[in-house]
Amino acid sequence: MKYMFIMRATDEAVQASKDVPFEQIINQMGAYNESMINAGVMLGGEGLADLSEGSALVVDFAEDPPLVTDGPYGETHELFNGFWIVQVGSREEAAEWASRAPLGPGSKLEVRRVTEASDFADFADNEYIRKEELWRQEEEKLNADGK
Amino acid sequence: MAAGRREAERGRQVAADQAAVRGRLDALWRIEGARIVAALARVTDDVGLAEDAAQDAVADALASWSRTGIPRSPGAWITAVAKRRAIDRWRRSERLQDRYEVLARELQDEGAPEWDPLPDDVLRLLFTACHPVLSTEAQIALTLRVVGSLRTEEIARLFLVPTATVQQRIGRARKTLAAARVPFEPPEPSEWTPRLRGVLHVIYLMFTEGYAATTGENWTRPELAAEALRIGRILTGLIPRVPEAHALVALMEFSASRFAARTGPGGEPVLLADQDRTRWDRAQIQRGTAALARADELSRELGRARGSYALQAAIAECHATAVRADATDWPRIVLLYEALGRIAPGPVVDLNRAVAVSMATGPVAALAIVNRLADQGALHGSYLLPSVRAELLARLGRTDEARAEFTAAAALAGNHRERVVLERRAASP
Repeated sequence: MKYMFIMRATDEAVQASKDVPFEQIINQMGAYNESMINAGVMLGGEGLADLSEGSALVVDFAEDPPLVTDGPYGETHELFNGFWIVQVGSREEAAEWASRAPLGPGSKLEVRRVTEASDFADFADNEYIRKEELWRQEEEKLNADGK
Repeated sequence: MAAGRREAERGRQVAADQAAVRGRLDALWRIEGARIVAALARVTDDVGLAEDAAQDAVADALASWSRTGIPRSPGAWITAVAKRRAIDRWRRSERLQDRYEVLARELQDEGAPEWDPLPDDVLRLLFTACHPVLSTEAQIALTLRVVGSLRTEEIARLFLVPTATVQQRIGRARKTLAAARVPFEPPEPSEWTPRLRGVLHVIYLMFTEGYAATTGENWTRPELAAEALRIGRILTGLIPRVPEAHALVALMEFSASRFAARTGPGGEPVLLADQDRTRWDRAQIQRGTAALARADELSRELGRARGSYALQAAIAECHATAVRADATDWPRIVLLYEALGRIAPGPVVDLNRAVAVSMATGPVAALAIVNRLADQGALHGSYLLPSVRAELLARLGRTDEARAEFTAAAALAGNHRERVVLERRAASP
């Protein structure tokens, strides 16, 4: 099963991290990632750019069409600033790996299971699933016609 | 009454605590188990003893942590207890004299770095579990057990066999290693290449059994394939400069990316050409591409050509990157199969080449290859050859012959789901 670790930090924690030498953060994160890569569990992960560079946007669906603004500024208590995706055998193993992340007070990891095909087994009669079955039968007929 | 209820509640609380400890312990074991067993095996030179001692320590942990709570460094706790348990076990065994001295010295020096797990220990463990004195079945079971850190019941579930069967397999494997006096050492330099090939092969077989189960009700066992992939990734971490390890991981990533699309709503297999490609795992395909690129880069540095896993991965990549079935670069796949046939000749490669030729050039040329294989008596007893032949005959409009071949293939298919598909094709070729 796949889990996503969503890194969230308070504004204060983000500020505090700026006092730590960046190379130290890179080294700690690198060692953490390497331990998960070598254990064969890490599938991917990314860090998100600092808000101060001005690249971030918020698309708000409260309106139609959705409203696009710069941000998120001010309205967040905790900022989502990176994620990992891991493949593990249990929820406990996900918790174990997440607990080893080199983070400090003010930071949280939200640990969420990533859905898989089996989560949608009840939707076998869904339009797209049925469509696929029809395409398949047509394909078989074409093959049988020697095309 | 109330006291009885309180008692029952306390009982439930204890059971809940124990379940929580068990869950945490299983997670820890999966992460640390291989390194703990490997470090113990290096010092005791005995994988069986190392494993037993580690299991003792896990049992101790379950009992002790349920009472006292989980210690701050649980991995170190288990290792320390396992050391003591190894010595207890050694005291009781007849090989006491010489090794006991060493162990006793080690124990006195608690901080002895020799007890600290080293990455190379896990590599030795993998080479030992895949040692050629063991049968393939035993190699796979022992690898999942000591390197994959799976419990016997978990392995039994992956292979749909009783737990006792896996227990016997592992027990026999350990006895064989002991009888053959297999040292806990990496292979000699002269042995390195064939031994590594053996390790890769064990991982590959583990994966293929999960990818297309040869027995049972279900067509695939994704959990088994995922374990093989995990062990493959561990191996690339242990020997990062060996191209074939990356190539094997690439092949597994590409193949596994199709899992969601390979099984239809009724559990039946869906052929590559018919799969809904939007359900392929794009991130996994990207990982495959990255792993193959790494393998190729290392091969170039070493001045070597692509090996068999790299060629198979390259073929899988052609499929993975084709947006539609009819956009597949079949001529390129034919070339890759030809190259594969030269370095790893075999009837399965020829049969796959025939399928590629049928797509690149047409069924006539392909049928010639298949007929040649049939004349040689190749793949006798397997459903593969008649099913491909049947498909080609159907495309040529030779319906009666196709029906006979589909029927023959269905009779030979070991997997229930595959048989159903072939029977359906026999009914309307």
